[in-house]
Amino acid sequence: MVKSTIEETRVSNEQAIKTYRPDARISDIDALIVKDFSVYYETEAGTVKACDNVSLTLKQGERFALVGESGSGKTTLAMGLMRLTRPPGHIAKGSVKLNGRDVTKLSDDEMRKTRLSELALVPQGAMNSLNPVMRIEQQIMDGIIDHLDERDSRPSAQELDEIVKDLLNRVGLRPQVARLYPHELSGGMKQRVAMAIGISLKPNLIIADEPTSALDVVVQRQIMQTLGRLQEGLDASIMLVGHDMGLVAQFADTIGVMYAGRMVEVGPVYEVFSNPKHTYTQLLIQSLPSLKEKKELVGIPGLPPKLIDLPPGCVFSPRCPKPTEECKKGKIEMGLIEVSPGHLVDKCCVNCGQN
Amino acid sequence: MSKFLELDHVTKTFGSSGILGQGSLTVAVDDVSLSIDADKPDIITVVGESGSGKTTLARLLLGSHTPTSGIVRYNGKDFSKLTKREKRNFRREIQPIFQDPFESYNPFYKVDHVLDAPIKNFRLASSEANKKRMIEDALEMVGLLPEETLGRFPHQLSGGQRQRIMVARALLLKPKVILADEPVSMVDASLRATILDSIRRLNKELGISVVYITHDLTTAYQISDSIMVMYRGTVVESGSVDAVIPNPQHTYTKLLIESIPQPDPRDRWGAEPPQQNWDIQDDELTGCKFSDRCPTPTEECKNGTIDMGLIEVAPNHFVDQCCLKCG
Repeated sequence: MVKSTIEETRVSNEQAIKTYRPDARISDIDALIVKDFSVYYETEAGTVKACDNVSLTLKQGERFALVGESGSGKTTLAMGLMRLTRPPGHIAKGSVKLNGRDVTKLSDDEMRKTRLSELALVPQGAMNSLNPVMRIEQQIMDGIIDHLDERDSRPSAQELDEIVKDLLNRVGLRPQVARLYPHELSGGMKQRVAMAIGISLKPNLIIADEPTSALDVVVQRQIMQTLGRLQEGLDASIMLVGHDMGLVAQFADTIGVMYAGRMVEVGPVYEVFSNPKHTYTQLLIQSLPSLKEKKELVGIPGLPPKLIDLPPGCVFSPRCPKPTEECKKGKIEMGLIEVSPGHLVDKCCVNCGQN
Repeated sequence: MSKFLELDHVTKTFGSSGILGQGSLTVAVDDVSLSIDADKPDIITVVGESGSGKTTLARLLLGSHTPTSGIVRYNGKDFSKLTKREKRNFRREIQPIFQDPFESYNPFYKVDHVLDAPIKNFRLASSEANKKRMIEDALEMVGLLPEETLGRFPHQLSGGQRQRIMVARALLLKPKVILADEPVSMVDASLRATILDSIRRLNKELGISVVYITHDLTTAYQISDSIMVMYRGTVVESGSVDAVIPNPQHTYTKLLIESIPQPDPRDRWGAEPPQQNWDIQDDELTGCKFSDRCPTPTEECKNGTIDMGLIEVAPNHFVDQCCLKCG
């Protein structure tokens, strides 16, 4: 694993972020420190390492994007951080420090209180994350009431009403939406409700899992910009989980690329897009169609490996267009290495000499 | 030139304004004309946001909606006057591919089922061996290996594979037109290119016309020949992609293009665009339908005294007059 001089990395990282999001307020406080985090699924056929030895740090105010294709472990990681992993999955090892506390060591009850108030999930609201038989206001209030301490007095109906209207207003919805049911809302509006619930207790870290994947481009842009505004208002950090590199380029400060349960490249967005080092990242960027020129559409050939039966050597070698013998046999060293300040890449793609 | 399928000033509305005026009328498709030539296979893109009437347009083309006014013609004949035999023929010649590669399968059947069924229905194969060869050819055409796909259940395949099987299924019937309704919006970005490429190859190599319905202008630009931009049921801009995309004239087309998340951190979105006001019923809209979201609407645009309708601004490039005259 990489042992860089951590202080140095952070300063340069911040500088890199400032260059393209000038108004970003990123503090020195580490909101989230994830170390060697692993989530395994125990199945009859063996252990599936859905998320393997992932380490990352997010500062207060930073926008981090976690990308990868379906099955790369990005959602497993995000759910694992919230301790929402379900059996047969379990957190095998590692630590997750949120505001100085290790959430992997909290009791179930403490964890329940931590969710929403310190780290909140904004799910894919357009799909089926809302309860179809409850009014919107009820669904927003639910979390707030559940997180009251025993000694807190229950807010009056009028107070709750005010809170709900304020939240709806923040996410760009009219107060009348409070009385509606989910089926009366469009996909974009449902996503806004999901965001209102997510920010209801002013969390420090928002995990947004593919918040816009079923929405059209204009609504997608509105939702992402609203999310960004909310995050800046709360001085919170965001972890955006998704597979759309375009969205990441528009929104995030830093990016982490996952492949087959491992982090293969991490760095400031600007740096990763202008100078991608891992072959998988390069192919991901190349596969995006653009409006600037007409070109042959090239996807990434092959399929992601089965996590239960990983190839020897570099996990990406079966799909890599230019693997060396060492990559395939696994004689090459693996693990992240720093190539420039804050930009970490799997050693395999750095050392094979092809890039 | 023979027109295979033609929409002639077609309008489709849902609901009604009600006797006492309390009902709601939705104009899903408003006076749209479109024709698909059998001789000249093109890829036509219909683009617009959710609720713009793209899918209703697709259903009109498939004959599963009857128009409220206007005529749908198949080989020059009014669709409502087709004989049973002609309708059956029509259903073979136009094949849909739907958005969701998960819900278009029955999870209890192997994927072979979706490939067997059309062959059986239309009695396309003379023998088992013949059938097997047809299926294998179709799968290979879309870049799948038969031995890796056949005999599996849908959940054992990836979304991209499932969607390509749907393309193969459409292909089995040797259609003249493939109607693809958001075929890649539920698929990983890295697999989109592969699926779109197989659709483009069908067009180029087998001469199948494609109607590609999407909200993604980048892929539309990459694969299609002509484009129709829809907003609230109306076509606001149309023409060849090479004319429209580099030089959009309608404010809505411009908004669509600006909203594409460019994979370049140096080229970020501008200010947040206004939301569509769904409270305004379609029959309450006077004037330009886009005026409530337009950043620069004039009084004429809003009160409807401006002329509407498409005019040609350049060869094969049509734009709604409103956006040209308002200055």
